[in-house]
Amino acid sequence: MEHRLETPIDKEKLKALRAGDMVYLSGTVYTARDAAHKRMMESIDKGEPLPFPLEGSVIYYVGPTPEAPGQVIGAAGPTTSGRMDAYSPRLLDLGQPVMIGKGLRSPAVIEAIVRNGAVYLAAMGGAGAVMSASVTNAEVICWEDLGCEAVRRLTVKDMPLTVAVDSYGGNIYESGPAAYLASLKGGK
Amino acid sequence: MRTITAQQISDAVAALCVRANKELPEDIVRAMRFAAAEEPWPLAKSTLGVLCENIDAAAERNLPVCQDTGLACVFAELGQDVHIEGDFTQAVNEGVRRGYAEGYLRKSVVCDPLRRVNTGDNSPAAITVELVPGDELKLTVIPKGFGSENMSRLAMLKPADGVEGVKRFVVETVQAAGSNPCPPIVVGVGIGGTFDKAAALAKHALLRPIDQPNADPYYAALEKELLEAINALGTGPQGFGGRTTALGLNIETMPTHVAGLPVAVNISCHVTRRASVVL
Repeated sequence: MEHRLETPIDKEKLKALRAGDMVYLSGTVYTARDAAHKRMMESIDKGEPLPFPLEGSVIYYVGPTPEAPGQVIGAAGPTTSGRMDAYSPRLLDLGQPVMIGKGLRSPAVIEAIVRNGAVYLAAMGGAGAVMSASVTNAEVICWEDLGCEAVRRLTVKDMPLTVAVDSYGGNIYESGPAAYLASLKGGK
Repeated sequence: MRTITAQQISDAVAALCVRANKELPEDIVRAMRFAAAEEPWPLAKSTLGVLCENIDAAAERNLPVCQDTGLACVFAELGQDVHIEGDFTQAVNEGVRRGYAEGYLRKSVVCDPLRRVNTGDNSPAAITVELVPGDELKLTVIPKGFGSENMSRLAMLKPADGVEGVKRFVVETVQAAGSNPCPPIVVGVGIGGTFDKAAALAKHALLRPIDQPNADPYYAALEKELLEAINALGTGPQGFGGRTTALGLNIETMPTHVAGLPVAVNISCHVTRRASVVL
């Protein structure tokens, strides 16, 4: 199945997504990696405002390469999501609906996804050039001192993504390999 | 005695950092295209197709293949009849600084592992120097991404564990890594030596093209067997399922102690980069 999603995210629309489906995302995406997540937690603890609203927003775990003159952004593929596992449940519980990254998530994150009707989307890991092609605008909006880890606001058009964990807990990293191995046993 | 200047070394390292990040080695590109053609599982085949498109897109748009342009691992095979004019380590680090600035590559290095402030210029490099006969200097840059580096492991096995223990550890390491290191991966295995040498051997194994088997037929057969075992796991490209979990596996070995069997597994992704030059 293929779906089109636009920001701000309406959680009702996430219900149609199933692990393994393709999603083409358009709108605004915020970048945050390890260091930015740590600072967001500190801001929440202190009751300070966050760099962007959580409700309806998409977080992309990416640290792009610097743009050369004439480029909107450099290479911009996803980083390993598991390093954000310690922070994600709290953000999901505060209403943040969509995460983009690559790789395995912890049981606690998957539980938080199901609890909140959120989804985890996978971008193509290591495909920095392909992923950057869907970015039409990029600007640093906070914590510039973090360099490649600064928070950026990206405008994306038809960003190609795969549903990795759907709002029911379906997980392509389990079901995908299992289906392939079952096909071998079935003699197909 | 031949003289090579610090300037020559910096210039060479800068150029290698840029080249390595924008053009994948021929053996890796060949293996990716072959895997995309041969992969039987539809989602895996289309995923490999996108990863091949990415290699072309990087070349067309003058972008790095991956945004994690890595920690610069620099290997020097230094001829013992070479005299270096200037400071070798400083020259390499200056080359890294320039290459990462001029090539618009990402600055991914923090100056301290716990206090974590970005050095802002991707220096310093992880430098390995090997003395060899002759009057030439061969420099190789491997920009190592950490999505895959983080999934690497080392074990001090018992001699009684033998080759079966080694196979089990390698396959378990790859299985546990799952989708995290951006499969299809390249696996470097170091067997023997000491705790530190095993890790160095595993990294060194990534220097060898993946279509060039170990010169020792025993280890060449083990490389083939392990690659087949890994590609029977079902992890597949990106961990979405499929046959192509690894593109290649290289083993490097050295003598070890009667009481030990160190094994290290250094995992690299489908963007396994290396570029060399001889001065």
